[in-house]
Amino acid sequence: MKVSRAAIATAALAAAVLVLTSCSSSNSTSGKLDPKADLSKQVLTISNWAAYMPDDIPAKFKAKFGTKVTVTTHATNEEIMAKLTAGGDSGIDVAFVSGQFAQALAAQGLIETLDKSLIPNVANLYPEAANLAYDKGNVYSMPYSWGTTGICYRSDLMKGSEPTSWMDLLAPKPQFKGKVTMLATERWLMLPAQKALGYSINTQSATEMAKVKDLLIKAKSNLLAYDDTTFYDRLVSGEAVMVEAWDGWCNYGIAKNKNIKFVIPKEGSDLWADTMVVLKTSKNKEAAHAFINYILDKDVQSWVIDNILYKVPNKPAMEKSLPALVAQYPNMGITPAELLKGESIVDLGKASALYTQIATEVSTK
Amino acid sequence: MKDLESNKERDAIQRRALLSRLIFLVPGVTYIVVLMLIPLGFIFVYTFLSRGTYGGIETVFTLSNYTRALDPLYLKVLLDSILIATITTLLAFAIGFPVAYAITKLPAHRQNLMLVLIVLPFWTNFLIRTYAWIVLLNTQGFLNQGLMKLGVLSQPISLLYKPSAVVLGLLYAYLPLMILPIYSALVRIDPAMREAAVDLGASPSEAFRQVTLPLAIPGVLIGGIFVFVPSLGNFIVPELLGGGKMIMVGNLIRDQFLKARDWPFGSVLALSMVLMLLLLFFIQARINKRILGVNHA
Amino acid sequence: MHKIGWLRAPLYATLAFLYLPIAVLMFMSFNASDAPFTWTGFSTKWYSVLLHSPLVIEGFKNTLIVAVIATVMAVILGTLLAIGIARYQKSSILEAIALTPAIFPDLALAIGLLALFATFKLSLGLHSVILSHALFCSAFVTAIVRGRLAQIDSSLEEAAQDLGDSQVGIFFRITLPSLKPAIIAGALLSFTLSLDEFVIAFFTDGPSTPTLPIVIYSMVRFGVSPEINALATLVLLVSIVIVIIAQRNVKVQDSL
Repeated sequence: MKVSRAAIATAALAAAVLVLTSCSSSNSTSGKLDPKADLSKQVLTISNWAAYMPDDIPAKFKAKFGTKVTVTTHATNEEIMAKLTAGGDSGIDVAFVSGQFAQALAAQGLIETLDKSLIPNVANLYPEAANLAYDKGNVYSMPYSWGTTGICYRSDLMKGSEPTSWMDLLAPKPQFKGKVTMLATERWLMLPAQKALGYSINTQSATEMAKVKDLLIKAKSNLLAYDDTTFYDRLVSGEAVMVEAWDGWCNYGIAKNKNIKFVIPKEGSDLWADTMVVLKTSKNKEAAHAFINYILDKDVQSWVIDNILYKVPNKPAMEKSLPALVAQYPNMGITPAELLKGESIVDLGKASALYTQIATEVSTK
Repeated sequence: MKDLESNKERDAIQRRALLSRLIFLVPGVTYIVVLMLIPLGFIFVYTFLSRGTYGGIETVFTLSNYTRALDPLYLKVLLDSILIATITTLLAFAIGFPVAYAITKLPAHRQNLMLVLIVLPFWTNFLIRTYAWIVLLNTQGFLNQGLMKLGVLSQPISLLYKPSAVVLGLLYAYLPLMILPIYSALVRIDPAMREAAVDLGASPSEAFRQVTLPLAIPGVLIGGIFVFVPSLGNFIVPELLGGGKMIMVGNLIRDQFLKARDWPFGSVLALSMVLMLLLLFFIQARINKRILGVNHA
Repeated sequence: MHKIGWLRAPLYATLAFLYLPIAVLMFMSFNASDAPFTWTGFSTKWYSVLLHSPLVIEGFKNTLIVAVIATVMAVILGTLLAIGIARYQKSSILEAIALTPAIFPDLALAIGLLALFATFKLSLGLHSVILSHALFCSAFVTAIVRGRLAQIDSSLEEAAQDLGDSQVGIFFRITLPSLKPAIIAGALLSFTLSLDEFVIAFFTDGPSTPTLPIVIYSMVRFGVSPEINALATLVLLVSIVIVIIAQRNVKVQDSL
């Protein structure tokens, strides 16, 4: 008795769920945005990394526009993506996500095409910033910060053997074995091997990735650990001598130990960007645009440079802040033109599963 | 007359019994059905769908998720995880049982205090406590530096970023989950029964083995499940204390849902894990029945 | 009487093991710079930074609310269910259903719950977190109480029933008191689990009411800073104070 009732219930449930999942949520308020909308009647929820923008932004924005701003945080792109794509209204109006994720959100029809007439500060952007492969022309995302990935190392502990190639990281000299870390996040895990083998960081070829996998497995035996968060501190403590690092993060190490240096290996590297997007489910789109415009203001972006030690694609902000910092943090001086030599990270579409599979295989060896 | 009355009584008793049955069972079961089985239903349906090009779900029917799960790669992760979780559980038992037993021997008013002391560290955030282990155990950390200063070591020893560190982290995370159920089972064993056994000529260790231990087994088995299951699904400890060099089932599932954004495949892995654990549970229930004998409340 | 004797050793050794990282994090909360792994000198500045952080205070408050309510719900649901299974419907299938929330991988459960809430257009907030936490906490309570029930001699209850006592009376006068240690253990466990639960909370919570684990996880961008260690230390101290107060006010009956 019980069993067959359970079976019927399951079948009914399955049918219901199937119907519900195939219904697309068309919750978007379609139509043009009203440039004269009363922003004090709107409310904004922003999702960002912790401490990634000035603390006083909610207060300042409210003072200027009357909009109440709540900031919620996410620790990784992956978490916020899961929240935004799970269906229904996440309650978030503006999200900070890395470029390739903005691309994925757009492909799933979840984010708004930006109304540039409401974002006059877009004029602050470098011309190169309109050329980012994940969103050429910044149609549905605005870049907030950008940079590249390289090797961050203790020059005093590596005298005479400073790294110049990704292979120096993947196959370190015997005295450095066990004192090397690599980034754990998939795209950056693959990067050193892809570049060392001369492949694109966006390759979808299974044969190329198989070779990448072999190289990574060989490299694993030389590693101290995979580390996304504390790698520069390991350099400071001396536990590691050489780590794969984002340029901005290497600066945190440099701030603590002047012997730490950053280098982009000769095989080249990537171009990463963190962006702002507006969710289609937002009911406060005018305020969202005003917010993005506010963030692109020279002084707000200057704050990012001064406090986060990242480069931003904002010309007046860089001109304002760079001179004071570039001596201590040389990688801040990488010009947009040089940055654009790096490959822009784009979404991999169906090949994402391949990368995860390879990452899994590398971690089980 | 009398027969009629006893019939009415019997009906009343049966109605009361039915009412009791409803009162006790309905709230819990309904809650679980709505909040658990419906989500489970979603996950179950997802397993037959396909991954969208940019992630998420595409309503295209497929069985490929299931065949993919049989890949030896994932079986290896499963087996490695089971090994680590088993070792952790056995260690948790080896430590947890004496500790739970010790607590039952304390004066009554001290027992609750001791339980709280055991649980209190777990009211601080798990991530923070795990990082504290890194501070302790890394090659430049307190333990190594301390031992080197004392002259015991000339070179730091590497204690982290290996499977043993993962076992340590998991053990630390879930030990109270072993101690509390065992305590709960031991505390009510009537000491008179033990004394009776001793009076009848059993040695203390025999009394322990014949009386205390069998009655503690339900608690031990529950504690075992409470430690084994989350150990399998934990993805923080392998990442932090294992240095990301090994992954367990928890990482696997997380990676599929979050990194690959392959919800259908992640759902298959999650369901497989649940089924495997349910199997384990049924085995545990069997053992319970057999060891504790037939007559059971 | 059988004293604790030599069992003191494993007990205290285990307590030392459990508190060693706690000692470390309390120590590191006074670290002068924010290096997560190296000691760079003494400073109490992080405590003042912390106490001026409204996000942290908000997170702590939200977490307490969720943990208390979820525990109460879990204890009620779990105890009733355990008794129901033990006394009225001994079924392995029911037991398995009762246990499933505890063994289901939390991420998959979180996503399933999110889909559920989205389908029934339930807004996300502390209430959705409470509902979700009560779910898996009840599974733990059911298991512990069930284990306890397996040992209790039901003859006392049968005798009371023969003597004409009502079901309700039996429940409150005999069953419940004899389950007290199990219920306390279950409640303690449930509270502990909810307090530190991140994955399900992250997905089922609304954006404006973060719980403490959510706040902390997002703060751990660069590893654990002294500010975060200070937070953990404060939480611990507050918990100790609460426990001391509870000990003083609640008479622990020796009917164990």
